[in-house]
Amino acid sequence: MKHIAIGILGAATLGLMASGASAATLDTVKAKGFIQCGVSTGLAGFSAPDDKGDWQGIDADFCRAVAAAVFGDGSKVKFTPLSAKERFTALQSGEIDILSRNTTWTINRDTALGLNFIGVTYYDGQGFMINAKKLPGVNSALQLSGAAVCVQSGTTTELNLADYFKANKMEYNPVVFEKLEEVNAAYDAGRCDVYTTDQSGLYGIRLTLGAPADHVVLPEIISKEPLGPAVRQGDDQWYHIVKWTYFALLQAEELGITKANVDEMKNSASPEIKRVLGQEADTKIGTDLGVSNDWVVNIVKAVGNYGEMFERNVGSGSPLKIARGINALWTKGGLQYAPPIR
Amino acid sequence: MASQEVLREEPSRGSFINDPKIRGIFFQVLVVVLLVAGVWWIAHNVIDNLTRLRIASGFGFLKGRAGFDISESAIAYSSDSTYGRAILVGLINTLIVAIVGIITATIIGFVIGIGRLSQNWLIRKICTVYVEVFRNIPPLLVIFFWYSGVLAVLPAPRDSIGLPFGSFLNQRGFYFPRAVWGDGSWLIFVALLVGIAMAWFVARKARQRQMATGQQFPVFWTSTALIVGLPLLAYALSGFPLSFDYPKQSTFNLTGGFQVRPEFLSLYLALSCYTAAFIAEIVRAGIRGVSAGQTEAAGALGLRSGSILRLVVVPQAMRIVIPPLTSQYLNLTKNSSLAIAIGYPDLTATAGTVLNQTGQAVEGVVIMMVIYLAISLLTSLVMNWFNAKMALVER
Repeated sequence: MKHIAIGILGAATLGLMASGASAATLDTVKAKGFIQCGVSTGLAGFSAPDDKGDWQGIDADFCRAVAAAVFGDGSKVKFTPLSAKERFTALQSGEIDILSRNTTWTINRDTALGLNFIGVTYYDGQGFMINAKKLPGVNSALQLSGAAVCVQSGTTTELNLADYFKANKMEYNPVVFEKLEEVNAAYDAGRCDVYTTDQSGLYGIRLTLGAPADHVVLPEIISKEPLGPAVRQGDDQWYHIVKWTYFALLQAEELGITKANVDEMKNSASPEIKRVLGQEADTKIGTDLGVSNDWVVNIVKAVGNYGEMFERNVGSGSPLKIARGINALWTKGGLQYAPPIR
Repeated sequence: MASQEVLREEPSRGSFINDPKIRGIFFQVLVVVLLVAGVWWIAHNVIDNLTRLRIASGFGFLKGRAGFDISESAIAYSSDSTYGRAILVGLINTLIVAIVGIITATIIGFVIGIGRLSQNWLIRKICTVYVEVFRNIPPLLVIFFWYSGVLAVLPAPRDSIGLPFGSFLNQRGFYFPRAVWGDGSWLIFVALLVGIAMAWFVARKARQRQMATGQQFPVFWTSTALIVGLPLLAYALSGFPLSFDYPKQSTFNLTGGFQVRPEFLSLYLALSCYTAAFIAEIVRAGIRGVSAGQTEAAGALGLRSGSILRLVVVPQAMRIVIPPLTSQYLNLTKNSSLAIAIGYPDLTATAGTVLNQTGQAVEGVVIMMVIYLAISLLTSLVMNWFNAKMALVER
């Protein structure tokens, strides 16, 4: 029901916004004093509230990084949990300033939906999870013909699932819910045999099930799921701030700037590190972007560099224990690559 | 004559601002102008903002390939079908659950409503408890009760509960054998239609005879014989063309047969139980609305209590019952949009998915609103016609 409400709200907002009088996002964000960040309704490692009610995860931390760049304070973020169905309308209607919600970057979303993805904060792929105890003979997704498959509605996952089964001439029985928690509950209760979503998500969800050890993630990855934050079209300045926040996180990791050593690094002999951290004389890198010149320092102080963010939320420092894999820096054989900050 | 006219027009000429007629017209025109301007302004802003935000607009997306599958569909649908067809599938699913829900709710409602007026203490109290329980719980909770409380705790497909006639019940739903009609089975359907037509004719003749002579004719038994007997005869004559496809155990689920999914079952049961509580109260009010004198007069004529209810009380009660019943039917139809909570692919769910996959929120919401409005207006139309037919014909 809620997505309808947001839909109507979105429609109403589009209707009642005085046309042409849209202020730049940066100005409205500065005026209200915080960034409104759209996150998931709870996906471990990406965006989920901890036992104190604070949002944790890569996606949540990314919004903190943007807040640090804009305000010099990573805590100036308010989070809006959104279902898969609600997320785009919420961004389109201006209810949120950034959508940082494990969302797959596709051409349709970049064009017809009026969004701008700023990059890929997590390279993912869609996988399948089954209860190995109940289905001992199954060890490949190609054996799943006839299965009931739980999936979240309104996602690329739902579309890839249909494509995959069709391409392999297999039958399946979709069991579709709007909210992640509903899908989790249905899978845990045995309403469906298979759970499909992004593989990182499967590892996170497995931890929340009744008996995590009974469930296995099948080896097949059936799609490319580049997950990244998105902003509205038509505001280049805001788009650049969010995009370069992401690049700054990568650049910091590449240069070895961490949360712990960022203050020492300011006095580094390396001209590149000094430039990135805004310590060059008469630098205009930050102010040209629309933020202060020590924006990278603020970002790293708030959330660390990309590698720290990854390890803390989904990597070795988290219960998920996901390896860096293709999410490693380009210097280490991965795909994460930032253009130079100069 | 002339002086009178002058006198009559005098006050309005003094100040036409105070003329109630001119004033009335002025304010009505003002309201219409404001309304049109308001709608135009909103529509203009929507189009303007969509263009500015570079969001695609228009209804062309309905022809695009949907790409997602729907679990329940009464018409042919695959991921290759269009978005428009996906919405149609959702609409049909909404109509199915609304129609069977309305029928069941009406039956339960009438039984409970009449039961609340029973002379029997136990029946009366049970019916009261039913009404008070279901009327006072939000429908969403009733849906969750059936879905998570009753159907989800059934055994897994491997340990299905076997029921008579090769049916099974498990947490994936209710499975029963599907009839497979062979060659020549059209004869059976023709026989059934002929049987129904003849039964109707017999009933009509018997009624005319009773009106004319007072003699009764065993209509019920004759009709049953015609409606059941003729198709059976045809079945035998055409060489027993009917076979059954029984549900069987396979790797994941039961395959074959006909599956009623738990999403549909729980929505249907919840909506029926919930709305029946309201219908029961409407029926009770309708019956209490018929004056006791009618019952007493019918009793004085020598009618038995069942006949009094059927021939005297209910026909009069119907006139009170039908208008509020319409509202309950509309409520049930609209409440079916709560299906989204348990994943039944109704109109709201499928149109919502389309809305999300295409990102065209304005169009999606407009389509949903127009369809629900059309369903509701149509229901009202039918019920108004029924009401007019049942209304007291004054001579």
